[in-house]
Amino acid sequence: MYGFEALTFNIHGGYLEAIVRGHRAGLLTTADYNNLCQCENLDDIKMHLSATKYGSYLQNEPSPLHTTTIVEKCTLKLVDDYKHMLCQATEPMSTFLEYIRYGHMIDNVVLIVTGTLHERDVQELIEKCHPLGMFDSIATLAVAQNMRELYRLVLVDTPLAPYFSECLTSEDLDDMNIEIMRNTLYKAYLEDFYKFCQKLGGATAEIMSDLLAFEADRRAVNITINSIGTELTREDRKKLYSNFGFLYPYGHEELAICEDIDQVRGVMEKYPPYQAIFSKMSYGESQMLDKAFYEEEVRRLCLAFEQQFHYAVFFAYMRLREQEIRNLMWISECVAQNQKSRIHDSVVYMF
Amino acid sequence: GKNSFSNGSCGREQKLNSDLRRKTFQIRSERVSESTKKRREEMDDFLDKLPQMDLMRSEKMTLVQLIIPVESAHRSVTYLGELGLLQFRDLNADKSPFQRTFATQVKRCGEMSRKLRFFKDQIDKAGLRCLQRHELEPNIELGDLERQLADHEHEVLEMNSNSEKLRQTYNELLEFKIVLQKASGFLVSSNAHAIGDETELHESTYSNNGFIESSSLLEQEMRPEPLNQSGLRFISGIINKDKLLRFERMLFRATRGNMLFNQTPSDEEIMDPSTSEMVEKNVFVVFFSGEQARTKILKICEAFGANCYPVPEDITKQRQLTREVLSRLSDLEATLDAGSRHRNNALNAVGYSLTKWMTTVRREKAVYDTLNMLNFDVTKKCLVGEGWCPTFAKTQIHEVLQRATSDSNSQVGVIFHVMHAVESPPTYFRTNKLTNAFQEIIDAYGVARYQEANPAVYSVVTYPFLFAKLGSFMEMLFGGRYVILLMALFSIYCGLIYNEFFSVPFHIFGGSAYKCRDTTCSDAYTAGLVKYRDPYPFGVDPSWRGSRSELPYLNSLKMKMSILLGIAQMNLGLILSFFNARFFGSSLDIRYQFIPQMIFLNSLFGYLSLLIIIKWCTGSQADLYHVMIYMFLSPTEELGENELFWGQHSVITFGIHCCSMDAFSKTFCTQENSHGGRTYGLLGTSEVDLDVEPDSARSHQEEEFNFSEIFVHQLIHSIEFVLGSVSNTASYLRLWALSLAHSELSTVFYEKVLLLAWGYENILIRLIGVVVFAFATAFILLMMETLSAFLHALRLHWVEFMGKFFHGDGYKFKPFSFTLISDDDE
Repeated sequence: MYGFEALTFNIHGGYLEAIVRGHRAGLLTTADYNNLCQCENLDDIKMHLSATKYGSYLQNEPSPLHTTTIVEKCTLKLVDDYKHMLCQATEPMSTFLEYIRYGHMIDNVVLIVTGTLHERDVQELIEKCHPLGMFDSIATLAVAQNMRELYRLVLVDTPLAPYFSECLTSEDLDDMNIEIMRNTLYKAYLEDFYKFCQKLGGATAEIMSDLLAFEADRRAVNITINSIGTELTREDRKKLYSNFGFLYPYGHEELAICEDIDQVRGVMEKYPPYQAIFSKMSYGESQMLDKAFYEEEVRRLCLAFEQQFHYAVFFAYMRLREQEIRNLMWISECVAQNQKSRIHDSVVYMF
Repeated sequence: GKNSFSNGSCGREQKLNSDLRRKTFQIRSERVSESTKKRREEMDDFLDKLPQMDLMRSEKMTLVQLIIPVESAHRSVTYLGELGLLQFRDLNADKSPFQRTFATQVKRCGEMSRKLRFFKDQIDKAGLRCLQRHELEPNIELGDLERQLADHEHEVLEMNSNSEKLRQTYNELLEFKIVLQKASGFLVSSNAHAIGDETELHESTYSNNGFIESSSLLEQEMRPEPLNQSGLRFISGIINKDKLLRFERMLFRATRGNMLFNQTPSDEEIMDPSTSEMVEKNVFVVFFSGEQARTKILKICEAFGANCYPVPEDITKQRQLTREVLSRLSDLEATLDAGSRHRNNALNAVGYSLTKWMTTVRREKAVYDTLNMLNFDVTKKCLVGEGWCPTFAKTQIHEVLQRATSDSNSQVGVIFHVMHAVESPPTYFRTNKLTNAFQEIIDAYGVARYQEANPAVYSVVTYPFLFAKLGSFMEMLFGGRYVILLMALFSIYCGLIYNEFFSVPFHIFGGSAYKCRDTTCSDAYTAGLVKYRDPYPFGVDPSWRGSRSELPYLNSLKMKMSILLGIAQMNLGLILSFFNARFFGSSLDIRYQFIPQMIFLNSLFGYLSLLIIIKWCTGSQADLYHVMIYMFLSPTEELGENELFWGQHSVITFGIHCCSMDAFSKTFCTQENSHGGRTYGLLGTSEVDLDVEPDSARSHQEEEFNFSEIFVHQLIHSIEFVLGSVSNTASYLRLWALSLAHSELSTVFYEKVLLLAWGYENILIRLIGVVVFAFATAFILLMMETLSAFLHALRLHWVEFMGKFFHGDGYKFKPFSFTLISDDDE
């Protein structure tokens, strides 16, 4: 019942909510980023990070650092945090936390399938996978020849299995197929997650539906922009949009027929949440769109912390951490390649 | 000589000037008449002659400035760290760590400590013990140490990689051996079975590179006589036990069930080379047919990290292969042993000086961190540092700096001088083993403001005393530390006052003052007692115990006692606030805060305490509730039979007046305070403007003076005090409540458990009774009651006592000291 979940929330969720809020306090602030941007080399970055929560993860790394090491170690911290929370969680929070992983699982499946298609070494591919999206038999994905086999051999055991009902074809895998598979899976995943959050009700449903709707809309826009000029038909394109979100259903109709970026813009500007994003960009430009979307997402994620007694903080924390790791990766790359002028192009400040 | 003379006179003149300025300000600000000043001076003289109490107020601190020539900077800071009496202020707070002067050195130290951690890790893993050599080695230069560490690390890493390669080969061979032993069992049995069924395995597939040639040979040999066209083949290998089930399921799915899976656990554990942990593995043999299935199965094997080894079907070949493998295994084992011995030797060599190196690196890092807090002066030849030190340590610091100058052969000495500070200095108490624990209890609430009266002094006695009031006799005789010792002593003392031991009355101080009215009564329950001689010499008469009036008597006694103790402690708190105000020279606080508070508290509760004492002494029957309540309801009414002493009525009227006066004086005090605040504020700024120095403690944040804010603040303060004095007094009643609860609990355990069990003749029941009694005493009375008493005593100190005078908004003195650094890291 709405309004009363606060009474009993702390019985199971209180400890973890406290934990996650503590973790949030460890996110890097604008001051940290400003300091990081002044670094001359990766050792400086390590030195600065040693004063943050990442300190213990980086302290045993030998001195000529690489960007990948930094990113790897930071991700390791995220995974450790996540695992700690998952261990402590009870139903339905544990399911909620599991849902957060599924996106990474989909990405990993796609990564490995694409990699095997291009005859890359499986071990090498596995190292590239996001550790949150790992599941037991992930390496076996390489055995499969088509979607049906993929499902029958491996994915039937994973939580992704129900999402596959849409894309069970016997066609051989190719790049286009895989991309469609990714988006179909993602659509099914987002819809399922959305339904799950609605079932949880209360503040969780309220905040998560907003966050997920934003996510779904962003994917819809990205699918549209990326499919312009490909052989994807309008109907197929429309099938990939999730069936909820601010754009659903009329926005989807309009997006499906867009032929260039300015038409997308025309559609999106009708929707108040996105008006601000698109008004910042000049016509014909799509480079900065990602950053604008990320900034808007971070803003919404930060707002999730304003309310208490709901699960969306976990989702928000994981997303913010991932954004932070993306920021660190970008900064490290810029510093390593001596491109410090470009640092601000992609860093999204949080607090 | 001439130059120096003129310099000196110049300096003196400046000093004089500034002194004059300060004096005029003082005169203008205080405007105290000469006579009061004289009286105050006399008073000060008297107080100064009193013996020094280090704990009473925190150490006098001085802000000092150091100007250190670059060449002797490192040594000076090292020596200061050894002395550990100077707290450096960070003058580069706006710079990020990597922008500071000695960032590279700090980084080098970080790198070195990483290497040292690596060695420690390796030594621990190898199961060696870090031998500490206590004889002093010559101090090693940082650069040399760095080189040595790099060499050692290189050596260890190389050895590790070599031994890893060897270990991998060894593991493979070991696994192969196991597979050969186990899989041959399956093959033999299935062969026997197969012959019976007229089918035969005719081919085996190998995947391991080293054995491909032999396998192809084998195939050629076998091929000429294919008995069956079914093409049954097999793959044998070894896999982690925990992956086995999933592996089998995956194989089943991939081949659509067209395979036969056999497995058996390997008897020995195998080391996993990546984590160097021992894991259990299972040997498996899969029979299948067809080339496609083979590729699939091999892929799945790869995905699951299963190692496949070929096993020849021919028994003689198997034996031959086993022999080969065994011989190679023993060779490798010898090599590995030699390698690990070599490695252990190398690690041992490192381990000898590891602890020493770790301390050295930690110290160096601390020194550079401190150097990073210093500023370069304009010429870049000197480092300028600022810090707090206790006033008594100035000479020591001076000596140390001189020693550093001479040791580093520097031409120029370190300039060390005292600066005027605006910022509040840190709080530093010199504690010993006994007082340290109590100081920690106080610090947990808040670190005392600089030179504020320190409650820890009183806590040393009052805390255990209040604690003891909550508990009783003999319950605290355990533990060895000083807090517990004192608490135990006071507990014993209180137990003696109650004359109880495990809730059993004891006649320690002679016989009771009471006896039965006549000889027929056997105990206090049946008949009243009469007093026949002087009161009991010490504490409560044990005869009260078990009498009908025990509870009312003890309740009234304990309740009144708690109030008396509470009032006494709160008064002490108020008096301390007076000493604080006097010490800081704030007459406003004395006149308009201390005196009204004192009057208010004592006219209400001091009066009550007085009544209690009079009632005790005279044995009057007056009803104190009535007196206190009607003092407010109808102050003018006569007291009648409740009057305790002559003139009580007028005292009551006076008390009421005081209470109402108090409210007015508070408001008055507020306004007065605010004026005071203004003058102080002006004073502070005008003085600072005269010599402003950037980046130093003298930069003073000018506080916006706000009348309404101070007014509201003071109003809240007065309301809080008025309400607080009632609630705080009530709060002390917990002394009574807990003491009551404690004695009732121990009575229950004693009578209802021990005595009840003792009533039975059965030895078993008696035994159980004794055990239950012992456990209840140990866990409930000793542990839980102790904890609750500890907490309540803590609360009485923090809230009721310290709230009266303690600001607790200071910050702790954290000197740069090597001993503290090593404590932190361990």
